[in-house]
Amino acid sequence: MKVDKNCRYTETHEWVRVEGDLATGGISDYAQSQLSDVTYVELPVVGDVFDQGEVFATAESAKTAADCYMPIGGEITEVNEGLAASPGLVNEDPFGEGWFVQFTPSELAELDDLMTPEEYQEYVAQEEGGH
Amino acid sequence: MSYIPHTDSDRAAMLAEIGVETVADLFLDVPKIVRYPELKLPPPLSEMEILAELRSMSEENADLDHHACFLGAGAYNHFVPSVVGHITGRSEFYTAYTPYQPEISQGTLQAIFEYQSMVCALTGMDVANASHYDGATSLAEAAIMSVNVSRGKRRKIIVSPSVHPEYRATLRTYTPGPDLTISNLQYPISNIQLDADTACLIIQNPDFFGQLLSADSENGLNGLADAVHQAGALLVVVVDPISLGLFTPPGEYGADIVVGEGQPLGNPLNFGGPYLGLFACREKYMRKMPGRLVGETVDTEGRRGFVLTLATREQHIRRERATSNICTNQALCALAAGAYLAAMGKSGLRQVAELCYHKAHYAATQIAAIPGFDLVGDKPFFKEFVVRCPRPPSEINQALLERGIIGGYDLGRDYPHLEDAMLLCVTEMNTKNEIDHLVEVLEEVAL
Repeated sequence: MKVDKNCRYTETHEWVRVEGDLATGGISDYAQSQLSDVTYVELPVVGDVFDQGEVFATAESAKTAADCYMPIGGEITEVNEGLAASPGLVNEDPFGEGWFVQFTPSELAELDDLMTPEEYQEYVAQEEGGH
Repeated sequence: MSYIPHTDSDRAAMLAEIGVETVADLFLDVPKIVRYPELKLPPPLSEMEILAELRSMSEENADLDHHACFLGAGAYNHFVPSVVGHITGRSEFYTAYTPYQPEISQGTLQAIFEYQSMVCALTGMDVANASHYDGATSLAEAAIMSVNVSRGKRRKIIVSPSVHPEYRATLRTYTPGPDLTISNLQYPISNIQLDADTACLIIQNPDFFGQLLSADSENGLNGLADAVHQAGALLVVVVDPISLGLFTPPGEYGADIVVGEGQPLGNPLNFGGPYLGLFACREKYMRKMPGRLVGETVDTEGRRGFVLTLATREQHIRRERATSNICTNQALCALAAGAYLAAMGKSGLRQVAELCYHKAHYAATQIAAIPGFDLVGDKPFFKEFVVRCPRPPSEINQALLERGIIGGYDLGRDYPHLEDAMLLCVTEMNTKNEIDHLVEVLEEVAL
Protein backbone atom coordinates (compact mmCIF):
# COMPACT_ATOMS: atom_id res chain seq x y z
CA MET A 1 0.00 0.00 0.00
CA LYS A 2 1.27 3.43 -0.99
CA VAL A 3 1.08 6.43 1.30
CA ASP A 4 1.96 9.88 0.00
CA LYS A 5 4.28 11.58 2.48
CA ASN A 6 3.00 15.05 1.58
CA CYS A 7 -0.64 14.36 2.41
CA ARG A 8 -2.82 14.29 5.48
CA TYR A 9 -5.48 11.59 5.84
CA THR A 10 -9.00 11.11 7.15
CA GLU A 11 -10.39 8.05 8.91
CA THR A 12 -12.65 7.64 5.88
CA HIS A 13 -9.58 7.33 3.61
CA GLU A 14 -9.50 10.69 1.84
CA TRP A 15 -6.25 12.59 1.43
CA VAL A 16 -5.52 16.30 1.23
CA ARG A 17 -2.34 18.05 0.12
CA VAL A 18 -1.94 21.78 0.73
CA GLU A 19 0.40 23.73 -1.54
CA GLY A 20 0.37 27.49 -1.09
CA ASP A 21 -3.22 28.77 -1.03
CA LEU A 22 -4.66 25.70 -2.68
CA ALA A 23 -5.47 22.22 -1.49
CA THR A 24 -5.93 19.08 -3.56
CA GLY A 25 -7.98 16.10 -2.43
CA GLY A 26 -8.73 12.55 -3.44
CA ILE A 27 -9.00 9.04 -2.04
CA SER A 28 -6.11 6.97 -0.77
CA ASP A 29 -4.40 4.00 -2.35
CA TYR A 30 -5.98 1.82 0.33
CA ALA A 31 -9.45 3.22 -0.50
CA GLN A 32 -9.07 2.52 -4.22
CA SER A 33 -7.88 -1.02 -3.51
CA GLN A 34 -10.96 -1.63 -1.34
CA LEU A 35 -13.31 -0.28 -4.02
CA SER A 36 -11.67 -2.30 -6.81
CA ASP A 37 -12.20 -0.97 -10.36
CA VAL A 38 -13.61 2.55 -10.12
CA THR A 39 -16.21 3.03 -12.85
CA TYR A 40 -17.37 6.56 -12.17
CA VAL A 41 -16.68 9.48 -9.88
CA GLU A 42 -19.45 11.95 -9.23
CA LEU A 43 -17.69 15.25 -8.61
CA PRO A 44 -18.96 18.58 -7.29
CA VAL A 45 -18.96 21.72 -9.45
CA VAL A 46 -16.60 24.67 -9.20
CA GLY A 47 -17.87 27.15 -6.64
CA ASP A 48 -19.43 24.58 -4.31
CA VAL A 49 -18.50 25.14 -0.68
CA PHE A 50 -18.19 22.24 1.74
CA ASP A 51 -17.52 21.99 5.45
CA GLN A 52 -15.03 19.51 6.79
CA GLY A 53 -16.65 16.08 6.82
CA GLU A 54 -19.37 16.89 4.27
CA VAL A 55 -19.90 14.55 1.31
CA PHE A 56 -18.27 16.20 -1.73
CA ALA A 57 -18.01 13.28 -4.17
CA THR A 58 -19.10 9.70 -4.72
CA ALA A 59 -16.80 7.03 -6.10
CA GLU A 60 -18.58 4.16 -7.80
CA SER A 61 -17.09 0.79 -8.50
CA ALA A 62 -18.55 -2.41 -9.81
CA LYS A 63 -19.19 -3.36 -6.18
CA THR A 64 -20.49 -0.24 -4.50
CA ALA A 65 -20.86 3.51 -4.44
CA ALA A 66 -18.79 5.14 -1.71
CA ASP A 67 -19.29 8.67 -0.46
CA CYS A 68 -16.18 10.79 -0.09
CA TYR A 69 -15.96 13.27 2.77
CA MET A 70 -14.24 16.64 2.58
CA PRO A 71 -10.97 16.33 4.56
CA ILE A 72 -10.94 20.04 5.38
CA GLY A 73 -13.54 22.66 4.49
CA GLY A 74 -13.20 24.88 1.44
CA GLU A 75 -14.50 26.19 -1.86
CA ILE A 76 -13.99 24.08 -4.99
CA THR A 77 -11.82 25.79 -7.62
CA GLU A 78 -11.28 22.89 -10.01
CA VAL A 79 -12.43 19.31 -10.47
CA ASN A 80 -10.59 16.54 -12.28
CA GLU A 81 -12.45 16.45 -15.60
CA GLY A 82 -10.19 13.62 -16.75
CA LEU A 83 -11.96 11.18 -14.45
CA ALA A 84 -15.12 11.29 -16.60
CA ALA A 85 -13.35 9.55 -19.48
CA SER A 86 -10.80 7.62 -17.39
CA PRO A 87 -12.14 6.78 -13.94
CA GLY A 88 -9.43 4.08 -13.76
CA LEU A 89 -6.92 6.83 -12.99
CA VAL A 90 -8.18 6.62 -9.42
CA ASN A 91 -6.94 3.02 -9.29
CA GLU A 92 -3.70 3.62 -11.17
CA ASP A 93 -2.53 6.83 -9.57
CA PRO A 94 -4.71 7.79 -6.58
CA PHE A 95 -2.34 10.50 -5.29
CA GLY A 96 -1.49 11.93 -8.73
CA GLU A 97 -3.59 11.76 -11.90
CA GLY A 98 -6.47 10.34 -9.91
CA TRP A 99 -7.03 13.46 -7.80
CA PHE A 100 -10.66 14.57 -7.30
CA VAL A 101 -10.81 18.26 -6.48
CA GLN A 102 -8.80 21.38 -5.96
CA PHE A 103 -10.10 23.90 -3.44
CA THR A 104 -9.36 26.95 -1.35
CA PRO A 105 -9.27 25.83 2.27
CA SER A 106 -11.44 27.88 4.59
CA GLU A 107 -9.61 26.96 7.80
CA LEU A 108 -6.14 25.46 7.57
CA ALA A 109 -6.21 24.64 11.27
CA GLU A 110 -8.59 21.80 10.39
CA LEU A 111 -5.54 19.94 9.09
CA ASP A 112 -4.69 19.25 12.73
CA ASP A 113 -7.72 16.95 12.92
CA LEU A 114 -6.22 14.70 10.26
CA MET A 115 -3.70 11.89 10.43
CA THR A 116 -0.07 12.17 9.37
CA PRO A 117 1.17 9.64 6.79
CA GLU A 118 2.71 7.57 9.60
CA GLU A 119 -0.47 7.66 11.68
CA TYR A 120 -2.55 6.73 8.65
CA GLN A 121 -0.31 3.78 7.83
CA GLU A 122 -0.74 2.55 11.38
CA TYR A 123 -4.53 3.16 11.21
CA VAL A 124 -4.91 1.12 8.02
CA ALA A 125 -2.80 -1.68 9.46
CA GLN A 126 -5.15 -1.80 12.46
CA GLU A 127 -8.26 -1.73 10.26
CA GLU A 128 -6.86 -4.60 8.23
CA GLY A 129 -6.03 -6.50 11.40
CA GLY A 130 -9.55 -5.99 12.67
CA HIS A 131 -11.05 -7.88 9.76
CA MET B 1 -34.52 -27.78 6.15
CA SER B 2 -37.12 -25.61 7.81
CA TYR B 3 -37.63 -22.08 6.56
CA ILE B 4 -39.29 -20.97 9.80
CA PRO B 5 -36.60 -18.74 11.24
CA HIS B 6 -37.75 -18.46 14.88
CA THR B 7 -37.65 -21.16 17.49
CA ASP B 8 -39.98 -21.22 20.50
CA SER B 9 -37.15 -19.96 22.68
CA ASP B 10 -36.46 -17.12 20.19
CA ARG B 11 -40.10 -16.12 20.47
CA ALA B 12 -40.08 -16.31 24.25
CA ALA B 13 -36.96 -14.15 24.37
CA MET B 14 -38.48 -11.55 22.06
CA LEU B 15 -41.73 -11.40 24.02
CA ALA B 16 -39.79 -11.06 27.27
CA GLU B 17 -37.70 -8.27 25.75
CA ILE B 18 -40.74 -6.13 24.94
CA GLY B 19 -42.55 -7.12 28.14
CA VAL B 20 -45.57 -9.12 27.01
CA GLU B 21 -46.46 -12.67 27.88
CA THR B 22 -47.98 -14.15 24.76
CA VAL B 23 -48.21 -13.44 21.06
CA ALA B 24 -51.94 -12.87 21.54
CA ASP B 25 -51.10 -9.89 23.79
CA LEU B 26 -49.65 -8.15 20.74
CA PHE B 27 -53.14 -7.92 19.27
CA LEU B 28 -54.86 -6.40 22.30
CA ASP B 29 -55.13 -3.02 20.56
CA VAL B 30 -57.37 -4.53 17.90
CA PRO B 31 -61.01 -4.21 19.05
CA LYS B 32 -62.18 -7.51 20.47
CA ILE B 33 -65.15 -7.76 18.15
CA VAL B 34 -62.92 -7.93 15.08
CA ARG B 35 -59.93 -9.63 16.68
CA TYR B 36 -60.87 -13.22 16.01
CA PRO B 37 -64.03 -12.92 13.92
CA GLU B 38 -65.97 -16.03 13.19
CA LEU B 39 -65.72 -16.62 9.45
CA LYS B 40 -69.12 -17.73 8.29
CA LEU B 41 -67.81 -19.81 5.43
CA PRO B 42 -70.07 -22.13 3.49
CA PRO B 43 -69.34 -25.86 3.65
CA PRO B 44 -66.49 -27.13 1.49
CA LEU B 45 -67.10 -27.86 -2.20
CA SER B 46 -65.47 -30.16 -4.69
CA GLU B 47 -63.08 -28.69 -7.27
CA MET B 48 -65.76 -29.12 -9.95
CA GLU B 49 -68.34 -27.23 -7.90
CA ILE B 50 -65.87 -24.46 -7.05
CA LEU B 51 -64.97 -23.98 -10.71
CA ALA B 52 -68.64 -23.66 -11.60
CA GLU B 53 -69.22 -21.14 -8.82
CA LEU B 54 -66.16 -19.04 -9.66
CA ARG B 55 -67.09 -19.10 -13.34
CA SER B 56 -70.56 -17.80 -12.61
CA MET B 57 -69.06 -15.05 -10.43
CA SER B 58 -66.55 -14.05 -13.11
CA GLU B 59 -69.30 -13.90 -15.71
CA GLU B 60 -70.84 -11.02 -13.80
CA ASN B 61 -67.88 -8.89 -14.90
CA ALA B 62 -68.50 -6.59 -17.86
CA ASP B 63 -65.64 -8.00 -19.87
CA LEU B 64 -64.38 -6.89 -23.25
CA ASP B 65 -65.35 -10.13 -24.99
CA HIS B 66 -68.98 -9.16 -24.52
CA HIS B 67 -68.91 -5.37 -24.44
CA ALA B 68 -67.84 -2.58 -26.72
CA CYS B 69 -65.40 -0.40 -24.79
CA PHE B 70 -65.01 3.36 -25.18
CA LEU B 71 -63.19 3.83 -21.89
CA GLY B 72 -59.52 4.84 -21.90
CA ALA B 73 -58.10 7.47 -19.56
CA GLY B 74 -54.75 5.78 -19.13
CA ALA B 75 -55.64 2.10 -19.69
CA TYR B 76 -56.23 1.13 -23.29
CA ASN B 77 -57.88 -1.70 -25.13
CA HIS B 78 -55.51 -2.46 -28.01
CA PHE B 79 -55.10 -5.63 -29.99
CA VAL B 80 -52.49 -8.04 -28.64
CA PRO B 81 -51.16 -10.35 -31.36
CA SER B 82 -51.12 -13.95 -30.15
CA VAL B 83 -47.35 -14.18 -30.67
CA VAL B 84 -46.93 -11.95 -27.60
CA GLY B 85 -48.53 -14.53 -25.32
CA HIS B 86 -46.48 -17.30 -26.88
CA ILE B 87 -43.25 -15.45 -26.10
CA THR B 88 -44.15 -14.32 -22.58
CA GLY B 89 -45.61 -17.74 -21.77
CA ARG B 90 -42.31 -19.54 -22.37
CA SER B 91 -41.26 -20.92 -19.01
CA GLU B 92 -37.73 -19.52 -19.34
CA PHE B 93 -39.30 -16.06 -19.24
CA TYR B 94 -42.57 -16.63 -17.45
CA THR B 95 -41.32 -18.16 -14.24
CA ALA B 96 -38.21 -16.04 -13.81
CA TYR B 97 -37.70 -13.08 -11.56
CA THR B 98 -34.97 -10.67 -12.70
CA PRO B 99 -32.06 -12.73 -11.39
CA TYR B 100 -29.70 -11.46 -8.70
CA GLN B 101 -26.79 -12.68 -10.82
CA PRO B 102 -28.34 -11.32 -13.98
CA GLU B 103 -25.57 -12.26 -16.42
CA ILE B 104 -26.44 -15.90 -15.98
CA SER B 105 -29.73 -15.20 -17.79
CA GLN B 106 -28.57 -13.92 -21.15
CA GLY B 107 -32.01 -14.37 -22.69
CA THR B 108 -33.68 -12.18 -20.07
CA LEU B 109 -31.00 -9.53 -20.47
CA GLN B 110 -31.24 -9.61 -24.26
CA ALA B 111 -35.02 -9.20 -24.08
CA ILE B 112 -34.63 -6.21 -21.75
CA PHE B 113 -31.91 -4.73 -23.98
CA GLU B 114 -34.14 -4.98 -27.03
CA TYR B 115 -37.07 -3.49 -25.12
CA GLN B 116 -34.85 -0.57 -24.03
CA SER B 117 -33.63 -0.04 -27.60
CA MET B 118 -37.18 0.07 -28.94
CA VAL B 119 -38.30 2.51 -26.22
CA CYS B 120 -35.41 4.77 -27.25
CA ALA B 121 -36.43 4.55 -30.91
CA LEU B 122 -40.05 5.36 -30.03
CA THR B 123 -39.33 8.30 -27.76
CA GLY B 124 -36.31 9.76 -29.53
CA MET B 125 -34.23 9.47 -26.37
CA ASP B 126 -30.67 8.13 -25.94
CA VAL B 127 -31.19 5.68 -23.10
CA ALA B 128 -34.15 3.85 -21.61
CA ASN B 129 -34.16 1.85 -18.40
CA ALA B 130 -35.45 -1.67 -17.93
CA SER B 131 -38.86 -0.22 -16.85
CA HIS B 132 -40.75 0.84 -13.74
CA TYR B 133 -44.00 -0.34 -12.17
CA ASP B 134 -46.35 1.82 -14.21
CA GLY B 135 -46.65 5.18 -15.95
CA ALA B 136 -47.46 6.99 -12.71
CA THR B 137 -44.36 5.71 -10.87
CA SER B 138 -42.23 6.56 -13.88
CA LEU B 139 -43.51 10.11 -13.74
CA ALA B 140 -42.80 10.47 -10.02
CA GLU B 141 -39.32 9.01 -10.51
CA ALA B 142 -38.70 11.48 -13.36
CA ALA B 143 -39.55 14.37 -11.05
CA ILE B 144 -37.22 13.08 -8.32
CA MET B 145 -34.50 12.51 -10.93
CA SER B 146 -34.85 16.13 -12.12
CA VAL B 147 -34.25 17.30 -8.57
CA ASN B 148 -31.17 15.07 -8.42
CA VAL B 149 -29.86 16.39 -11.73
CA SER B 150 -29.80 19.79 -10.03
CA ARG B 151 -27.99 18.03 -7.18
CA GLY B 152 -30.90 18.79 -4.89
CA LYS B 153 -30.64 22.55 -5.39
CA ARG B 154 -33.87 22.95 -7.36
CA ARG B 155 -36.94 21.92 -5.37
CA LYS B 156 -39.95 22.94 -7.46
CA ILE B 157 -41.83 20.75 -9.91
CA ILE B 158 -44.24 22.40 -12.34
CA VAL B 159 -46.99 20.10 -13.58
CA SER B 160 -49.56 20.72 -16.26
CA PRO B 161 -53.13 20.20 -14.98
CA SER B 162 -53.76 18.11 -18.09
CA VAL B 163 -51.37 15.41 -16.90
CA HIS B 164 -53.32 12.29 -15.83
CA PRO B 165 -54.93 13.08 -12.42
CA GLU B 166 -53.80 9.74 -10.95
CA TYR B 167 -50.21 10.38 -12.06
CA ARG B 168 -50.33 13.74 -10.32
CA ALA B 169 -51.74 12.04 -7.22
CA THR B 170 -48.85 9.54 -7.28
CA LEU B 171 -46.40 12.42 -7.64
CA ARG B 172 -47.96 14.06 -4.58
CA THR B 173 -47.25 10.95 -2.51
CA TYR B 174 -43.55 11.22 -3.42
CA THR B 175 -42.99 14.92 -2.76
CA PRO B 176 -43.68 15.60 0.95
CA GLY B 177 -40.82 13.39 2.21
CA PRO B 178 -38.03 15.16 0.34
CA ASP B 179 -39.93 18.45 0.87
CA LEU B 180 -40.48 19.33 -2.77
CA THR B 181 -43.03 21.83 -4.05
CA ILE B 182 -45.55 21.16 -6.80
CA SER B 183 -46.84 24.06 -8.86
CA ASN B 184 -49.61 23.93 -11.47
CA LEU B 185 -48.52 25.04 -14.93
CA GLN B 186 -50.13 28.32 -15.98
CA TYR B 187 -50.15 29.42 -19.60
CA PRO B 188 -48.40 31.41 -20.85
CA ILE B 189 -45.52 30.27 -18.72
CA SER B 190 -43.71 33.18 -17.05
CA ASN B 191 -40.24 33.71 -15.67
CA ILE B 192 -41.87 34.01 -12.30
CA GLN B 193 -43.20 30.49 -12.42
CA LEU B 194 -40.21 29.01 -14.27
CA ASP B 195 -37.53 30.23 -11.89
CA ALA B 196 -34.11 29.17 -10.61
CA ASP B 197 -35.79 26.79 -8.13
CA THR B 198 -37.59 24.83 -10.86
CA ALA B 199 -36.27 21.30 -11.34
CA CYS B 200 -38.60 20.30 -14.14
CA LEU B 201 -41.77 21.00 -16.04
CA ILE B 202 -44.05 18.04 -16.69
CA ILE B 203 -46.47 17.89 -19.60
CA GLN B 204 -48.45 15.08 -21.17
CA ASN B 205 -48.77 14.69 -24.95
CA PRO B 206 -51.37 13.72 -26.05
CA ASP B 207 -52.69 15.16 -22.81
CA PHE B 208 -55.20 13.50 -20.47
CA PHE B 209 -58.01 14.88 -22.67
CA GLY B 210 -56.49 13.26 -25.74
CA GLN B 211 -55.35 16.54 -27.27
CA LEU B 212 -52.07 16.89 -29.11
CA LEU B 213 -49.85 19.80 -28.16
CA SER B 214 -48.46 21.44 -31.26
CA ALA B 215 -44.78 22.14 -31.73
CA ASP B 216 -44.76 25.66 -33.10
CA SER B 217 -47.83 27.63 -32.03
CA GLU B 218 -47.94 30.14 -29.21
CA ASN B 219 -47.46 28.11 -26.00
CA GLY B 220 -46.19 25.41 -28.38
CA LEU B 221 -43.78 22.69 -27.39
CA ASN B 222 -40.66 24.18 -28.99
CA GLY B 223 -41.14 27.48 -27.18
CA LEU B 224 -41.92 25.69 -23.95
CA ALA B 225 -38.81 23.51 -24.21
CA ASP B 226 -36.64 26.58 -24.88
CA ALA B 227 -38.08 28.43 -21.89
CA VAL B 228 -37.57 25.39 -19.64
CA HIS B 229 -33.95 24.95 -20.74
CA GLN B 230 -33.18 28.66 -20.44
CA ALA B 231 -34.32 28.44 -16.83
CA GLY B 232 -31.93 25.50 -16.34
CA ALA B 233 -34.77 23.04 -15.76
CA LEU B 234 -35.67 19.77 -17.47
CA LEU B 235 -38.67 19.05 -19.68
CA VAL B 236 -40.45 15.82 -18.75
CA VAL B 237 -43.02 14.49 -21.23
CA VAL B 238 -45.62 11.80 -20.51
CA VAL B 239 -46.55 9.90 -23.67
CA ASP B 240 -48.96 7.31 -25.00
CA PRO B 241 -46.51 5.01 -26.80
CA ILE B 242 -49.06 4.10 -29.49
CA SER B 243 -49.32 7.77 -30.48
CA LEU B 244 -45.60 7.73 -31.27
CA GLY B 245 -46.31 5.46 -34.23
CA LEU B 246 -47.77 8.53 -35.91
CA PHE B 247 -46.59 11.69 -34.17
CA THR B 248 -43.29 13.42 -33.42
CA PRO B 249 -41.26 11.75 -30.67
CA PRO B 250 -40.60 14.02 -27.66
CA GLY B 251 -36.85 13.80 -28.29
CA GLU B 252 -37.42 16.01 -31.32
CA TYR B 253 -39.12 18.81 -29.40
CA GLY B 254 -36.68 19.12 -26.55
CA ALA B 255 -37.76 16.58 -23.94
CA ASP B 256 -35.07 15.58 -21.43
CA ILE B 257 -36.98 12.71 -19.83
CA VAL B 258 -39.83 10.78 -21.45
CA VAL B 259 -42.11 8.55 -19.39
CA GLY B 260 -45.37 6.81 -20.09
CA GLU B 261 -47.65 3.88 -19.53
CA GLY B 262 -46.41 0.91 -21.51
CA GLN B 263 -49.60 -1.17 -21.10
CA PRO B 264 -50.92 -0.29 -24.58
CA LEU B 265 -47.91 -2.17 -25.99
CA GLY B 266 -48.94 -5.80 -25.92
CA ASN B 267 -50.30 -5.88 -22.37
CA PRO B 268 -54.01 -6.54 -21.80
CA LEU B 269 -56.07 -4.37 -19.44
CA ASN B 270 -55.53 -6.87 -16.60
CA PHE B 271 -58.10 -5.28 -14.26
CA GLY B 272 -55.78 -2.27 -13.91
CA GLY B 273 -52.43 -3.96 -13.43
CA PRO B 274 -49.69 -5.09 -13.53
CA TYR B 275 -48.71 -2.34 -15.94
CA LEU B 276 -45.45 -1.06 -17.29
CA GLY B 277 -43.59 2.19 -16.64
CA LEU B 278 -41.66 3.48 -19.63
CA PHE B 279 -38.66 5.64 -18.75
CA ALA B 280 -36.11 7.18 -21.12
CA CYS B 281 -33.77 10.15 -20.99
CA ARG B 282 -30.88 11.92 -22.64
CA GLU B 283 -27.46 10.38 -22.26
CA LYS B 284 -26.04 13.24 -20.21
CA TYR B 285 -28.50 12.46 -17.41
CA MET B 286 -27.97 8.70 -17.59
CA ARG B 287 -26.12 8.41 -14.31
CA LYS B 288 -29.02 10.01 -12.45
CA MET B 289 -31.53 7.66 -14.04
CA PRO B 290 -33.38 5.42 -11.58
CA GLY B 291 -33.80 1.72 -12.15
CA ARG B 292 -31.42 -0.41 -14.11
CA LEU B 293 -29.97 -0.46 -17.58
CA VAL B 294 -28.93 -3.50 -19.58
CA GLY B 295 -26.05 -3.03 -22.01
CA GLU B 296 -24.53 -4.97 -24.88
CA THR B 297 -20.91 -6.07 -24.71
CA VAL B 298 -18.58 -8.86 -25.86
CA ASP B 299 -17.20 -11.70 -23.76
CA THR B 300 -13.54 -12.73 -23.52
CA GLU B 301 -13.88 -14.57 -26.82
CA GLY B 302 -15.45 -11.65 -28.63
CA ARG B 303 -18.99 -13.03 -28.64
CA ARG B 304 -21.96 -10.72 -28.17
CA GLY B 305 -23.35 -10.73 -24.65
CA PHE B 306 -25.47 -8.64 -22.30
CA VAL B 307 -24.75 -7.24 -18.86
CA LEU B 308 -26.51 -5.21 -16.21
CA THR B 309 -24.50 -2.11 -17.06
CA LEU B 310 -25.89 0.49 -14.73
CA ALA B 311 -27.90 0.51 -11.55
CA THR B 312 -26.44 3.61 -10.00
CA ARG B 313 -29.44 4.82 -8.03
CA GLU B 314 -30.59 1.59 -6.48
CA GLN B 315 -30.57 0.73 -2.83
CA HIS B 316 -28.33 -2.33 -3.07
CA ILE B 317 -25.62 -0.07 -4.53
CA ARG B 318 -26.39 3.21 -2.79
CA ARG B 319 -27.78 2.06 0.52
CA GLU B 320 -29.22 5.00 2.46
CA ARG B 321 -28.09 7.42 -0.24
CA ALA B 322 -30.16 5.78 -2.95
CA THR B 323 -32.24 8.36 -4.79
CA SER B 324 -34.87 5.88 -5.92
CA ASN B 325 -36.50 2.98 -4.17
CA ILE B 326 -37.06 1.18 -7.46
CA CYS B 327 -34.88 -1.93 -7.24
CA THR B 328 -36.41 -4.07 -9.93
CA ASN B 329 -38.41 -3.76 -13.10
CA GLN B 330 -41.56 -5.06 -14.75
CA ALA B 331 -39.67 -7.70 -16.69
CA LEU B 332 -42.61 -9.72 -17.96
CA CYS B 333 -44.68 -6.69 -19.01
CA ALA B 334 -41.58 -5.18 -20.62
CA LEU B 335 -41.04 -8.46 -22.45
CA ALA B 336 -44.63 -8.28 -23.73
CA ALA B 337 -44.04 -4.71 -24.90
CA GLY B 338 -40.83 -5.76 -26.64
CA ALA B 339 -42.52 -8.72 -28.33
CA TYR B 340 -45.43 -6.48 -29.38
CA LEU B 341 -43.19 -3.81 -30.89
CA ALA B 342 -41.09 -6.41 -32.68
CA ALA B 343 -44.22 -8.08 -34.07
CA MET B 344 -45.84 -4.83 -35.19
CA GLY B 345 -42.73 -3.19 -36.58
CA LYS B 346 -42.61 0.47 -37.56
CA SER B 347 -45.32 0.23 -40.18
CA GLY B 348 -47.58 -1.93 -38.01
CA LEU B 349 -47.42 0.51 -35.11
CA ARG B 350 -48.11 3.38 -37.49
CA GLN B 351 -51.12 1.50 -38.82
CA VAL B 352 -52.49 0.96 -35.31
CA ALA B 353 -52.06 4.66 -34.55
CA GLU B 354 -53.74 5.65 -37.82
CA LEU B 355 -56.70 3.34 -37.17
CA CYS B 356 -57.11 4.83 -33.68
CA TYR B 357 -56.89 8.35 -35.07
CA HIS B 358 -59.39 7.87 -37.89
CA LYS B 359 -61.89 5.84 -35.90
CA ALA B 360 -61.75 8.33 -33.02
CA HIS B 361 -62.35 11.20 -35.43
CA TYR B 362 -65.24 9.39 -37.09
CA ALA B 363 -66.80 8.77 -33.66
CA ALA B 364 -66.22 12.37 -32.55
CA THR B 365 -67.85 13.79 -35.68
CA GLN B 366 -70.88 11.53 -35.31
CA ILE B 367 -71.32 12.30 -31.61
CA ALA B 368 -70.88 16.05 -32.09
CA ALA B 369 -73.78 15.94 -34.57
CA ILE B 370 -76.19 14.62 -31.90
CA PRO B 371 -78.24 17.48 -30.43
CA GLY B 372 -77.13 18.09 -26.84
CA PHE B 373 -73.59 16.71 -27.28
CA ASP B 374 -70.63 18.99 -27.96
CA LEU B 375 -66.94 18.38 -28.45
CA VAL B 376 -64.76 20.22 -25.95
CA GLY B 377 -61.38 21.61 -27.00
CA ASP B 378 -60.14 22.98 -30.29
CA LYS B 379 -56.79 21.21 -30.62
CA PRO B 380 -56.13 18.15 -32.77
CA PHE B 381 -56.60 14.91 -30.86
CA PHE B 382 -55.37 11.35 -31.11
CA LYS B 383 -57.67 8.58 -29.88
CA GLU B 384 -59.50 10.30 -27.02
CA PHE B 385 -61.78 13.34 -26.93
CA VAL B 386 -63.99 15.18 -24.47
CA VAL B 387 -67.73 15.42 -24.97
CA ARG B 388 -70.14 17.63 -23.07
CA CYS B 389 -73.30 15.69 -22.35
CA PRO B 390 -76.95 16.74 -21.98
CA ARG B 391 -77.30 14.50 -18.90
CA PRO B 392 -74.89 13.55 -16.09
CA PRO B 393 -72.21 11.21 -17.50
CA SER B 394 -72.92 8.63 -14.78
CA GLU B 395 -76.51 8.29 -16.02
CA ILE B 396 -75.40 8.05 -19.62
CA ASN B 397 -72.83 5.40 -18.75
CA GLN B 398 -75.48 3.39 -16.92
CA ALA B 399 -77.72 3.51 -19.99
CA LEU B 400 -74.80 2.50 -22.21
CA LEU B 401 -73.86 -0.41 -19.97
CA GLU B 402 -77.41 -1.74 -20.17
CA ARG B 403 -76.93 -1.82 -23.94
CA GLY B 404 -73.58 -3.64 -23.78
CA ILE B 405 -71.35 -0.59 -24.06
CA ILE B 406 -68.70 0.54 -21.60
CA GLY B 407 -68.91 4.32 -21.79
CA GLY B 408 -66.43 7.12 -21.23
CA TYR B 409 -64.53 8.42 -18.22
CA ASP B 410 -66.58 10.77 -16.03
CA LEU B 411 -64.36 13.87 -15.92
CA GLY B 412 -66.28 15.46 -13.05
CA ARG B 413 -64.38 13.09 -10.78
CA ASP B 414 -61.22 15.13 -11.26
CA TYR B 415 -62.21 18.40 -12.94
CA PRO B 416 -65.17 20.24 -11.34
CA HIS B 417 -65.60 22.48 -14.40
CA LEU B 418 -66.12 19.37 -16.53
CA GLU B 419 -68.77 17.70 -14.40
CA ASP B 420 -71.07 17.35 -17.41
CA ALA B 421 -68.31 15.95 -19.63
CA MET B 422 -66.89 12.54 -20.40
CA LEU B 423 -63.66 11.40 -22.00
CA LEU B 424 -64.26 8.88 -24.77
CA CYS B 425 -61.61 6.62 -26.24
CA VAL B 426 -61.67 4.84 -29.59
CA THR B 427 -59.00 2.35 -30.61
CA GLU B 428 -58.44 -0.02 -33.52
CA MET B 429 -60.48 -2.55 -31.52
CA ASN B 430 -63.72 -0.58 -31.98
CA THR B 431 -65.53 -1.58 -35.17
CA LYS B 432 -67.59 0.88 -37.20
CA ASN B 433 -70.69 -1.04 -36.08
CA GLU B 434 -69.74 -0.51 -32.45
CA ILE B 435 -69.24 3.20 -33.02
CA ASP B 436 -72.57 3.51 -34.86
CA HIS B 437 -74.28 1.61 -32.05
CA LEU B 438 -72.74 3.96 -29.50
CA VAL B 439 -74.04 6.95 -31.46
CA GLU B 440 -77.53 5.42 -31.65
CA VAL B 441 -77.71 4.84 -27.92
CA LEU B 442 -76.40 8.34 -27.19
CA GLU B 443 -79.13 9.76 -29.45
CA GLU B 444 -81.71 7.86 -27.41
CA VAL B 445 -80.37 8.95 -24.03
CA ALA B 446 -80.16 12.59 -25.18
CA LEU B 447 -83.89 12.77 -25.60
